[in-house]
Amino acid sequence: MFANWRRIARENEFLYLFLHNRVAQFAALISLLCLSGAALAPWIAPTNPYDIASIDIMDSLVAPAWSDEGDERFLLGTDDQGRDLFSAILYGTRLSLLVGLLSIGFASVLGVSVGLMAGYLGGAFDAIVMRIADVQLSLPAILTALLIDGIARGVLPTDQHDNLMIVVLTVAIGLSLWVNFARTARASTLVERNKEYVQACEIMGMHPLRIMLTHILPNIMGPILVILTVDLAVAVLLEATLSFLGVGVPANQPSLGTLIRIGTEYMFSGEWWIVIFPSAMLITMIVAINILGDFLRDVLNPRLR
Amino acid sequence: MLSFIFRRLLQSVFVLLAVSLIAFSLFRFVGDPVAQMVGQETSIEDQEKLRERLGLNDPITTQYARFVGNLSKGEFGFSYRTRQPVSEMIISRMAATLELGTVSLLISLLVGIPAGIYTALKRGGVLANVLLVTTLIGISVPTFVIGIFLIYLFGVELGWLPTFGRGETVPIGWWQTSFLTLDGWRSLLLPAITLGVFQLTLTMRLVRAEMQDVLKTDYIKFAMARGINYRSLYLNHAFRNTLVPVITIIGLQLGGIIAFSIVTESVFQWPGMGLLFLDSIRYVDIPVMSVYLVVIALMFVAINLLVDILYFAIDPRVRLHSAHE
Repeated sequence: MFANWRRIARENEFLYLFLHNRVAQFAALISLLCLSGAALAPWIAPTNPYDIASIDIMDSLVAPAWSDEGDERFLLGTDDQGRDLFSAILYGTRLSLLVGLLSIGFASVLGVSVGLMAGYLGGAFDAIVMRIADVQLSLPAILTALLIDGIARGVLPTDQHDNLMIVVLTVAIGLSLWVNFARTARASTLVERNKEYVQACEIMGMHPLRIMLTHILPNIMGPILVILTVDLAVAVLLEATLSFLGVGVPANQPSLGTLIRIGTEYMFSGEWWIVIFPSAMLITMIVAINILGDFLRDVLNPRLR
Repeated sequence: MLSFIFRRLLQSVFVLLAVSLIAFSLFRFVGDPVAQMVGQETSIEDQEKLRERLGLNDPITTQYARFVGNLSKGEFGFSYRTRQPVSEMIISRMAATLELGTVSLLISLLVGIPAGIYTALKRGGVLANVLLVTTLIGISVPTFVIGIFLIYLFGVELGWLPTFGRGETVPIGWWQTSFLTLDGWRSLLLPAITLGVFQLTLTMRLVRAEMQDVLKTDYIKFAMARGINYRSLYLNHAFRNTLVPVITIIGLQLGGIIAFSIVTESVFQWPGMGLLFLDSIRYVDIPVMSVYLVVIALMFVAINLLVDILYFAIDPRVRLHSAHE
């Protein structure tokens, strides 16, 4: 059952091309750094920004360590509540990436299974699902995410908001991004399903589910991987935007977007570091993911080679 | 042509009905409308009377039909939060959003198209490469960060331009325009650039890609061989053939501009529809949310219809294709 997957891994020249592309390597390094910084935040951050006991309001709005008014305890300065900005950024990145990865996971599983089925089975299911996808595609993702977020706020009891916000965000962002996966999976499935190996499987009387998962899916992974990477950047951006707008993660768990929103309030009075550092972190992360996405697209798109 | 447009219109009506169904279910099932309208002390009997008077005990289909009927008459109900008619709230803010959107679309097209053509023609040139790297940044930097840095640079450091609100506006009927005062234009500049930058990079990259494709075709090589002067070759032969995908993208961009105006309006406290929608989400103001949804859907459908008709005018292949059907 895994033979097809192993063949795909061996045959493409992915590794070769990666080892010959400096920009992609650099982007991968940055992404890895962000990822490990986010994963290891509780261990490498000097302070825990969620731990109210460790925060001293007297330390609020301290400038970065290298400036004249800086304090060597706080490398990148502190925010309005006296949280160490470096720690807050690490934890914020953790939350942003967590929501981004979860929602992309959700969107890809939903989209790919719907697309596979629509492409393989065709018929009324295909027609209805793709009609819905068309309508949703004409609405920008941010609007869909905002709307689902708003509906969830109305449906859920008020006291549960803070606990469930991460789930709500994941579902809202996931539901606004599944269309890309579904369309890509469907288009590739339509090509594959007429090939001889699929017909052979059908003649052997295999269950359609088995054909889809072990035979077609490995062969359509290329374009799906590209969408996965590109849309991860979109998901992280969406989370940051929603949090910036104040309808994202709860205020006591700052994500990068929340930090930037707090920072704008202090920008006018000269406390530039609260807005600059989280923004720089967010942009670096998104640029790195986008470059990786471009690289994947170039490698996996046979038309360009 | 007419049958094509008629078919498109029919489709649009279905989309609108689907959206109004979502808006209706929002209004009807998210939260209890009666609980939102009455105080804590209202007795159960009074609540029931109100329920009966509002027709909330009628069959769901009747209620939906009435909802759509009211929408088509422009009766959008009242906001839970401000108790004002939603139609008034939306109309008073529509001008702000539409003016902002128009100016940013113009920025995106007037800068993006020439820049796209230029980078396609001067491949590998220094300026072309600089422009391309800039677009990479434009795609990766979130809209709100661009807005914040424009505010910081031009509003705080240099102090040249106002950083929030619409400035002075002049009423033309119910339409409050900021096009007629210097202050209005000054206020408009930063938000419009913020909203336009992302769309600009999209336009530029698309025009560039399409131009490169067209320049490789045989008819362009043939035209070159015939010795047509380059200016007319690039503009009349090459660029005109990129117009169909470019128009598709402009249609999509208008949608993107409407959606991202929510973010820009929030950064600049621009009193438009986006800010209204954002407030309605924060305070779970369901009537405003559902009406915003319907209004936006109406705009999207209108834009798509317009784009389809433009195809007809521009691409003879579409005309032939639909004539055959």
